Amino acid sequence: MSLLRQVWTVVRKDLLLEWRGRSRIISVLMFGVVTLLLFSFAVGPDSTMLRAAAGGFLVLALLLSSTLGLSESFRIEQEQRAIEGLLLLPVDPVALYYGKCLSNTLFLMLLAPVLTPVALVLYSVELSAVGLVTLLGLWTLAAAGLSAPGTLYAAMTSRLQSQDVLLPLLLFPLVVPVLMGSVKAVTLILMGDPMSQLGSWTVLLASFAIIYWSLCGLLFPHAIEEGS
Amino acid sequence: MNERMTKIHLFGLAGLVLLLIGSYLGLLVAPSERYMGDVQRIMYVHVPCAWNAMLCYIFGFGFAIASLWHHRPRWDALTVASIEVGIVLNALLLVQGSIWARKTWGVWWDWDVRLTTSLIMLLLFAGVLALRSFVQDPSRRATWTAIATIVAFVDVPLVYFCVRWWRSLHQVQSSPDTVSSGMVMPLRLNAIALLLLAIWMVAQRARLEMNRHQQEQVAEPARIEPVGGLEDV
Repeated sequence: MSLLRQVWTVVRKDLLLEWRGRSRIISVLMFGVVTLLLFSFAVGPDSTMLRAAAGGFLVLALLLSSTLGLSESFRIEQEQRAIEGLLLLPVDPVALYYGKCLSNTLFLMLLAPVLTPVALVLYSVELSAVGLVTLLGLWTLAAAGLSAPGTLYAAMTSRLQSQDVLLPLLLFPLVVPVLMGSVKAVTLILMGDPMSQLGSWTVLLASFAIIYWSLCGLLFPHAIEEGS
Repeated sequence: MNERMTKIHLFGLAGLVLLLIGSYLGLLVAPSERYMGDVQRIMYVHVPCAWNAMLCYIFGFGFAIASLWHHRPRWDALTVASIEVGIVLNALLLVQGSIWARKTWGVWWDWDVRLTTSLIMLLLFAGVLALRSFVQDPSRRATWTAIATIVAFVDVPLVYFCVRWWRSLHQVQSSPDTVSSGMVMPLRLNAIALLLLAIWMVAQRARLEMNRHQQEQVAEPARIEPVGGLEDV
């Protein structure tokens, strides 16, 4: 089986499991909405302030929900030792990584179309159709950037008892460039971009994704090898 | 072995002596800075801390690659030792920087590129040690430490460039040509002193880690159940 087919098999397995259960996506989305609500409570009913911080709040809600989704992605593999079965299959560990990473990216991409309208309503921000499409495209890059180290670390920490603490502890400082880049870019989309800065932040997000997709793909086979 | 230990201790001793001389020159002999006054003298420990912390992380990264390739406990011990010493110097750097900033900028903290990068760097490598502390199996612990170190290290330049696009307040680095010659000597002495002390600390910490590893190897046949670490995989 070629590498691409193996990757596709893993993606298909994950999507099928997700579609049959649907519990992960629903609970993670609910969590995102609650987070957006909590941010507005923290700032108070000042609509000017809420509007100014809307980009940051939206990205933070997406990031927090993403971490929850990522940690769940390998927890299901631990149930009934499913991971052992996966590793016994004649599948290249690299294919396993990219399959998991791709399904995680698709999963995280689904968060933005739901959470963005909620944020627009809650923080009273206007956004054109073109703006919405740009925002979703940008979040795709950010989702790819989050999934690469997220999948690697989720695979490692899912075997430890303190996964809920460890994964954010490892991931949050690491994805600071993704967070900064997407907060800046989303704010520019929502508030206007008179200096045409959006391009630079998009390049930053793309570079992060490319670097970590390559690096983590190299490291993943070591992370799950013998003794693991 | 004993002879090697004596040599390592010489590094520590030489570092301590140089640090005393450098600090004496820096605090009492070097001229006072025209605008900042005496508070600028914190530079003589601040800058060497920054250089050596970065050097420890670079070596930690190199050892991590070696550990991942060769799977020898020695490389793992050196990785964790370099990261730990790097974290100590990094923490010192942040504290000294804060004190200096309070006096010259009027604030304890500013979201400047080097300050922010140093803080994130500290958190990144502290995460590596946190992960390590939860893994009981020695071979998995070594592999995961190496992986997390490599992933964290690659992030440092990305964080730096990202924060740089924000506004920057930190002064531009001076070069030996632009500062008084009386300032160059204590700075160089302290930089070498901290380097020698860092080598000594890394060697000591690596030796402790090797002892721990040997003890675990001895304890292995007894099959001690891990406490609070691994699930039954």
